[in-house]
Amino acid sequence: MLYSVIGYYSLILGLCFSLILIFFSVRNFKNSKLLDTKILSFTFLQFFFVVISFLSLVLSFIFSDFSNETVFNNSHTTKPLFYKIAGTWGNHEGSLLLWLFVLTLFILIFLLRSKNQPTKYKILTLVFQQIIIIGFFVFLLKTSNPFNFLFPAPEEGLGLNPILQDPALAIHPPILYLGYVGSSIIFSSSLAATSLNLITKSWATHIKKWVLISWIFLTLGILLGSIWAYYELGWGGFWFWDPVENVSLMPWLALTTLLHCILVLEKKLILTSWVIILSISTFTLSMCGTFLVRSGILNSVHTFANDPERGLFILIFLFSLIFLSLFIFFFFHKTNKDTSASFFWLSKETSIIINNWFMMYFLSVVLIGTVYPIFLDVLSSQKISVGAPFYHKLIIPFLIPFLLMMAIGPKLKWIKSNLEDKIYLIILLAISILLSFLIVKNFDTNFLLNTILISSALYLFLITLRDFFIRKNNNISQNIAHFGFSLLIVSILFNNLFSTEIITNLKVGETFKSENTKIVFEGLNQRKEKNYQSIIGNFSIQNSKGKIENMLPELRIYNQPNIVTSEADIKTTLISDKFIVINLVQSKDYFNIRYQVKPFMIWIWFSVVLISFGGLISFIKKKV
Amino acid sequence: MKNKFLPLSIIFIFVIFFIIFYKGLQYTNIYTPEIKTNNKIPLFSADLFYSNKVVNSSELFKLDKFYLLNIWSSWCVPCRKEHSLLMHLGKSNKIDIIGINYKDTKVNAEIFLDELGNPYKKIIFDQEGINAIEWGAYGVPESYLIHNGIIIRKYTGPLNKKLINEIKLLIK
Repeated sequence: MLYSVIGYYSLILGLCFSLILIFFSVRNFKNSKLLDTKILSFTFLQFFFVVISFLSLVLSFIFSDFSNETVFNNSHTTKPLFYKIAGTWGNHEGSLLLWLFVLTLFILIFLLRSKNQPTKYKILTLVFQQIIIIGFFVFLLKTSNPFNFLFPAPEEGLGLNPILQDPALAIHPPILYLGYVGSSIIFSSSLAATSLNLITKSWATHIKKWVLISWIFLTLGILLGSIWAYYELGWGGFWFWDPVENVSLMPWLALTTLLHCILVLEKKLILTSWVIILSISTFTLSMCGTFLVRSGILNSVHTFANDPERGLFILIFLFSLIFLSLFIFFFFHKTNKDTSASFFWLSKETSIIINNWFMMYFLSVVLIGTVYPIFLDVLSSQKISVGAPFYHKLIIPFLIPFLLMMAIGPKLKWIKSNLEDKIYLIILLAISILLSFLIVKNFDTNFLLNTILISSALYLFLITLRDFFIRKNNNISQNIAHFGFSLLIVSILFNNLFSTEIITNLKVGETFKSENTKIVFEGLNQRKEKNYQSIIGNFSIQNSKGKIENMLPELRIYNQPNIVTSEADIKTTLISDKFIVINLVQSKDYFNIRYQVKPFMIWIWFSVVLISFGGLISFIKKKV
Repeated sequence: MKNKFLPLSIIFIFVIFFIIFYKGLQYTNIYTPEIKTNNKIPLFSADLFYSNKVVNSSELFKLDKFYLLNIWSSWCVPCRKEHSLLMHLGKSNKIDIIGINYKDTKVNAEIFLDELGNPYKKIIFDQEGINAIEWGAYGVPESYLIHNGIIIRKYTGPLNKKLINEIKLLIK
């Protein structure tokens, strides 16, 4: 009760500071020297109140204060402490408060970190950021107040959805939000720089850190969500082209492209329009994602509540930001004719621009696949669902030239280069084609396409691998990230091609035999935990070489709310994952068993970690 | 000329986006009983919940009888609330209630029915949510009143006492 009051009023105070900040900034914009310390202390106070508010909610969750409606709806006394805390952002209201927390934290860090920037630029960035912050304050207070009272206070809460009670998912939202919200800083700062005509090389150096940090967190956030889907949803896949996954992928694609453009801008004053448009679109795509998953237009685990008022608010807010940024872009941005100097077709610039267009293509495929069902529904009341085949058909063919460009591009020089003593490029291409030919030969699936695909991925793999050993003007962070990407593509391809699956129904004591696998259902055990009961199946699996392994997939029956989840048992080795999951079937003696062997799973995770590690190195690296 | 054309066309595109999203919001959330009524029921075949048999729509819905088709799921909280009303309605011999178990697992659905009772004459097991799409359903719960193979009423969202009374009047 007490915490709710404190939390609610700190939120209102935080909002007041936003208004004060905007008022002061606009009024004293002309003689901005006076403002420097004042805005810093106000921003700090605002951050302080948001922290208080956030902590109050966390404490309400820890002490299971069910007089708070959010706690009542999402917590339960028998829940472990870790999930009580994670439950704070496992719901709509709390996760918005987390957004706000990160928003105010980032603007504070931004002000602290950019002491040397022009004051006008700092103030304008702050104003744009405060507009976003106000939007979130109003949204929170008006439509999704996390501190609503319930009177009389209920004895017990409703509990957190069991599939969300998972360590990977507990940290997934904060990490992802750091990425999303980081992009808001890029958005505000690029708008400010555009209005003041400050898009320069030094601005690029300054904003690069923010691009990198959001990019790293976004990458890791997506990775965590994907790992969770892999072992918790029990379908044995890691990416389902579900709309909610797509809305996190779209900002990532935009941000990755932006990162490359910024790197170019840092060296040469070109691609300025690209940089501005990408900064705007990265953040608007993140907001658009929030709109799509929170408004109930799409249905998913992330749709916490379908409330038309909320959807309408985000929609109007989103489009106000879009129109504001469009206005600033068209009104203030001037392309400098003389600096957009032409460059030779065979140069780093050209290859980056080509790859930009490829990225934009991938982005539009994902965007169309995600919003097309909504358009069709509105225009003709038809319900369709766009699935993996659509994305695969449209993306895979274009992946081939993309990978080749990615392999050759970094080898080129700025402005103009020639292909002398680049024989190894051709040798490596020949090797990778040969290798993939040998690999694909043994499998009778779509021979030509697979060979070309694997060879282009292997090509990038070999070239980046070679670069590790040649230390001539080497860009280590780029090299690691690109190597990680090639590893990711190679692992995904092998994973898709060589996965095997057995689905069968078995009773205790029965045996299933196929060509090279023998599955014996040995028995069942039961166990009681604090907030669930579990049934554990005991399986022994014998592969073609006669090696026997025991696997223990689990069914968990949660008491609050009453839901059954299946926990897969996964045996991970460097070469492949063995994945087994059980489900009940209606005649109760039988269990539905799904057993999969998935090669190179761990490499998929590892390569994404490598990619973000590349970003991290670039982030901490001293200026060359 | 060229300079003004680009911004205007981009703004135009975004305005269209806004309108579509705005409409989309209304589609998913606003209660629209008029749509899809007085239409024939869709032709489909589906899996039955208890027997793994496949049935056709014509076998399920006979003429001269009232049916209430109810889309439900064990994970859907409003379904829990309307369930007692369905149990009550199911006692009437003038109407048969047919359930579509939407995007659910059998285990959870069985626990749900064991706990709250089973008002359904037959249950279609719609794990992928395909049958619900064929009916043009927006979500769960949703109910359709059917007579002579024609949908005479559609109820989006949970049924309440008032709506149950309306159904009772209609089937008299």
